[in-house]
Amino acid sequence: MKIKLATVALGALMAAGPAMADLVFPSLSYRTGPYAAGGIPFADGYADYFTLLNERDGGIGGAMTRVLECETGYNTEKGVECYESTKGEGALVYQPLSTGITYQLIPKTTADNIPMHTMGYGRTSAKNGKVFSHTFNYPANYWDGASGAINYLLDANGGDINGKKVALVYHNSAYGKEPIRTLEELSKKHGFDLKTLPVDHPGQEQKSQWLQIRRERPDYVIMWGWGVMNQVAIQEAANIRFPMENFIGVWWSGAQHDVLPAGMAADGYKAITFHAVGDDFPVFDDIQKYVVDTGKAAGAGDQIGTVLYNRGVYAAMLAAEAARTAQEIHGTADITPGMMRDGMEALEITQARMVELGMPNFGPELKVSCENHGGNAMVGVSQWDAAAKEWNLISDFAPTDGDIINALIAEDSGAYAAENGIEERCN
Amino acid sequence: MFYREAGDFKTSYVADNQTFPIKFDRYRYYAVLAVAFGIIPFIINDYWANALLLPFLIYAIAAIGLNILVGYCGQVSLGTGGFMAVGAYACYKLMTAFPDVSMFIHVLIAGAITAVVGVLFGLPSLRIKGFYLAVATLAAQFFLVWLFNRVPWFYNYSASGQINSPERDVFGIIITGPNAPAWATYLFCLIFLTFSAVVARNLTRGVTGRSWMAIRDMDIAAEIIGVNPLKAKMTAFAVSSFFIGISGALFFALYLGAVEVGEVFGIQKSFTVLFMVIIGGLGSIFGSFAGAAFLVLLPVVLKVVGADMLGWPTDIVAHLQLVIVGALIIIFLIMEPHGLAQLWRVAKEKLRLWPFPH
Repeated sequence: MKIKLATVALGALMAAGPAMADLVFPSLSYRTGPYAAGGIPFADGYADYFTLLNERDGGIGGAMTRVLECETGYNTEKGVECYESTKGEGALVYQPLSTGITYQLIPKTTADNIPMHTMGYGRTSAKNGKVFSHTFNYPANYWDGASGAINYLLDANGGDINGKKVALVYHNSAYGKEPIRTLEELSKKHGFDLKTLPVDHPGQEQKSQWLQIRRERPDYVIMWGWGVMNQVAIQEAANIRFPMENFIGVWWSGAQHDVLPAGMAADGYKAITFHAVGDDFPVFDDIQKYVVDTGKAAGAGDQIGTVLYNRGVYAAMLAAEAARTAQEIHGTADITPGMMRDGMEALEITQARMVELGMPNFGPELKVSCENHGGNAMVGVSQWDAAAKEWNLISDFAPTDGDIINALIAEDSGAYAAENGIEERCN
Repeated sequence: MFYREAGDFKTSYVADNQTFPIKFDRYRYYAVLAVAFGIIPFIINDYWANALLLPFLIYAIAAIGLNILVGYCGQVSLGTGGFMAVGAYACYKLMTAFPDVSMFIHVLIAGAITAVVGVLFGLPSLRIKGFYLAVATLAAQFFLVWLFNRVPWFYNYSASGQINSPERDVFGIIITGPNAPAWATYLFCLIFLTFSAVVARNLTRGVTGRSWMAIRDMDIAAEIIGVNPLKAKMTAFAVSSFFIGISGALFFALYLGAVEVGEVFGIQKSFTVLFMVIIGGLGSIFGSFAGAAFLVLLPVVLKVVGADMLGWPTDIVAHLQLVIVGALIIIFLIMEPHGLAQLWRVAKEKLRLWPFPH
């Protein structure tokens, strides 16, 4: 029976295989539902960068790229369907943009030998490449974000936040719960008082949480929100007159559409980030010229330079560079997902390379290795200027608290390895 | 001509009492079983299994469970998502605590645990009815989701609160985890669905089912003629929750592999299963299958036609999907309030007279 099944599977695979030797980059996007406000600009940026590569450079290393979009609606069941329907087309790397779908795909992609890149989301301990062979989360992860926020508070208070009260408002899901462990450890280390306030999906109802904040008067509020939850939280914070400069979001809570509804009241709101903001980069001129002006843009073309569009472009750039690295390693333009994985593991982004790509200082320098799938953990802080309607970086990209994070990563990935019987690689 | 009782002689009470007394029905049933067990496992691939067949089989089990409660016993429940979560978390705890025990046993015990929880939350049904009971089960839904979010013991203290199904096998064949072959997961679910459907069908034909239906049709009259409402309602809650628990366990362990309770087993899930039961047909086992097939397959078919074949933008297809499924539900409920099962019954009546209708 096994042989028969294998034959059938092979037949199905060949029938479903791609006719053209394209480099396929699936985009599990969500342009509908309560998280669409964040999903649309990211998906547009991701698709537009690959269109730019096709139009301007003729693809990557001579092979054309093709973005395969599949709508998940941030829903795990649809995510499964999307994964199964796209993987047969030679998908090189998955970027689900959802922590829930990431958790599902970690074992599946490993079994199917397809890499997955979860940039700034997903399972934080995937940074440990010894355990997670096919999952990458460079350049930064949730625990870097949490540590970055606390580091910023330390800077603002001259290195001492002992006795300060910090509240974490989080999306009550795997995504929102990720930073709690790190923040607990950090609160032990720095002596601040941590209070966690969950907000249930989709996050439109937050009156009670903010009432609690008003009553307990924390010195700082950190937010782990996504989608419609962000706008509501910022509006509620404005309603209780919480000082915006003491309100810090993670990078998924710091885009234009999150702060614009609150108008001037959102002025001074801060967000952690791992890449540059604004549209002052040569690559965007190229996108305007080759993609938007020729009518090939994935969306309406009005998102260029917004935070999440930039992130989509950044994700696409890292994927394209990894594909290029894989082409160099294996000496063929037509790479397989397995080769792509090797490329991602050998990826190195230098400042000089980013200048060549028209994205000078867009993100921190980056070097991925077999042990470290998470990059160098450099994060910065950006602040919203409501009058000018723009985000500005107010700090350099600085390293996070590696001692605490690496210990937690070793612990969590160790538990995963034990639960699933995985042997460590890279030895 | 083909579908008729005439000429199909029964010579024993057993033959007369069988599930499908009409020959055509019986052969159709055997044919479906033969295709499902004998042909599909050989031609199945990952996409068919994970995108279509597994969700269909698992939702069908849940719909059978809910149909027993709502369709046969008349107790409205909005707690299906919560009870599925009980099955999923019970299965997870068992899988991680006893890795060497067969998955069959884990899933059955998960169902049994859910049955106990279901009876517990069914107790108010002895006092309250209709909308009020719906609200009480709604409380169960929210309480259970909150519980699994709140108590770290249920998710083995993992950082994110997610549960992941580790690799487990049945008789040496891997059933859960990413390396499980499509045919194995499919067959595993199919066995449970067949088992659930046969048990449910026979329960509803017997004394238990008749007492449920008596309670449904008029509880006071039922009590007067000697039906014990406590026993009838509690068995309905137990059996219903047992099946729903099995479906929750399969949903987590075989289909999704990783679950986050708020997103997967939220109130949305309760409504989805309730819609399946209503569209399929209340008080019909076939209806549970039809309803599950309708709500699982239709969105995928619309997506394949719209996005993959016609090449429309994915967001437009997703929006159209909502519009079309919504419209179809309304149209169905107006044209055929008794659901797809009634359509099937009407078709059978027509078939009986064909080709010489009066």
